[in-house]
Amino acid sequence: MFTSNLFAELSEVISPAMMQGYIVLMVLLVMGGTILDMMHKKSAQYFFENAKKAQKSAKRSVGGGEKASIAASVLVNEVLTSGEFSNPKRRLSHLLTMWGTIIFIVTTAIMIFGYPTPATPTPTLLPQLWHTGALMLAVGGYWFWFAIRVDVAAEGLPWFRFERADLFILSLLATSTFALIWSFTGGGLTVFFALFILSSTVLFGGVYFSKFAHMFFKPAAAYQKKITRADGSRENLPPDYDLTDPEVQKKFPDVPMYMGKNPPKMGLCIKAESAKHY
Amino acid sequence: MPTFVYMTRCDGCGECVDICPSDIMHIDKTLRRAYNIEPNMCWECYSCVKACPHHAIDVRGYADFAPLGHSVRVIRDEDKGTIAWRIKFRNGKKDMELLAPITTKPWGSGTPKLADEPVPSQEMRDSQLLFNEPKYIRMDEGGLHTLESNGLEIKRGVQY
Repeated sequence: MFTSNLFAELSEVISPAMMQGYIVLMVLLVMGGTILDMMHKKSAQYFFENAKKAQKSAKRSVGGGEKASIAASVLVNEVLTSGEFSNPKRRLSHLLTMWGTIIFIVTTAIMIFGYPTPATPTPTLLPQLWHTGALMLAVGGYWFWFAIRVDVAAEGLPWFRFERADLFILSLLATSTFALIWSFTGGGLTVFFALFILSSTVLFGGVYFSKFAHMFFKPAAAYQKKITRADGSRENLPPDYDLTDPEVQKKFPDVPMYMGKNPPKMGLCIKAESAKHY
Repeated sequence: MPTFVYMTRCDGCGECVDICPSDIMHIDKTLRRAYNIEPNMCWECYSCVKACPHHAIDVRGYADFAPLGHSVRVIRDEDKGTIAWRIKFRNGKKDMELLAPITTKPWGSGTPKLADEPVPSQEMRDSQLLFNEPKYIRMDEGGLHTLESNGLEIKRGVQY
């Protein structure tokens, strides 16, 4: 069950060209939805205006090499490992959901384009990865839906209450769940396959209405934030002082006077406890 | 000067909701981002501004004395035990930075461990002195500490 390419088996009923056409259509829907979303929210316009404003208050210029290393650090910290999350549970859930989705979608595309029929035998690793991806997505997604999201964890609302903003997570969950049920029930042209296709169409077609487009603008925003840190504009925030630096101690004599020349780490204070009283 | 939230930076973690003494920072039910539900009731305590891990909250100045172009931003660094302010004036020329300690020893290390203290005697219970007095008000070193006893005097007027 976990080692067979269900799409190749399905090619007897639905032609591979049709399946490939569906994948292309979904890619086009994501691109179109993202562009519409950008135009509607004017997020790109805001982003560039904000970047220009930040550049005006820059204290130094950032070179090409430094920009490349910032881009690399955004890729490693923010994109690949979801480093922006302060809450480790949310980070873990996001990592499971994100990597599950990527593995699931990429293996689906490879199986449909690379091994469309039983005539070209699929390496067993691909279906295994496809199932693993769907499972990771389901685990991370259901954990988020039932326990982590603000409405349930903090606002005390029931898990079954949803808004239009939940379209993304719900269609993601439906896609992975129906894909897994479709596989467990033996594949083929069944009602679960129809539900799998329906939910994935809603997922990719609903980019304009959901938060799917965050995969494009979040890395851009993280990159811009790091650029403002590097060029000294820091979004008008104060610098990150090194308390042991003699220059800092000279400029702010209260620090060595009350805290000593080499102040210790003071610990977590309010960060010792997560926000849960609302 | 009520607070407002930069929606693009907020991740809905709820720290501001938790800390707001007026209970006016809430999470928007549709967008899942924090917002000030009642700016008129904001007393500008800056608690949420300091608590926000993403620096997503700012304070909007009243237009009469803080017109557009100024900026007052803060980072409260618990681990370093300092608070840093950066004040940009609206003429764009004066960019002021301030740094001050908010604690001199690790958080929680100065809290008296009451459970470890011996039970007070009847004499102590009947006394007018509170827990650890006179030690805490340092009368045992020879009377109350005053400006005069320390050779200081109040300076009149505004001091810079």
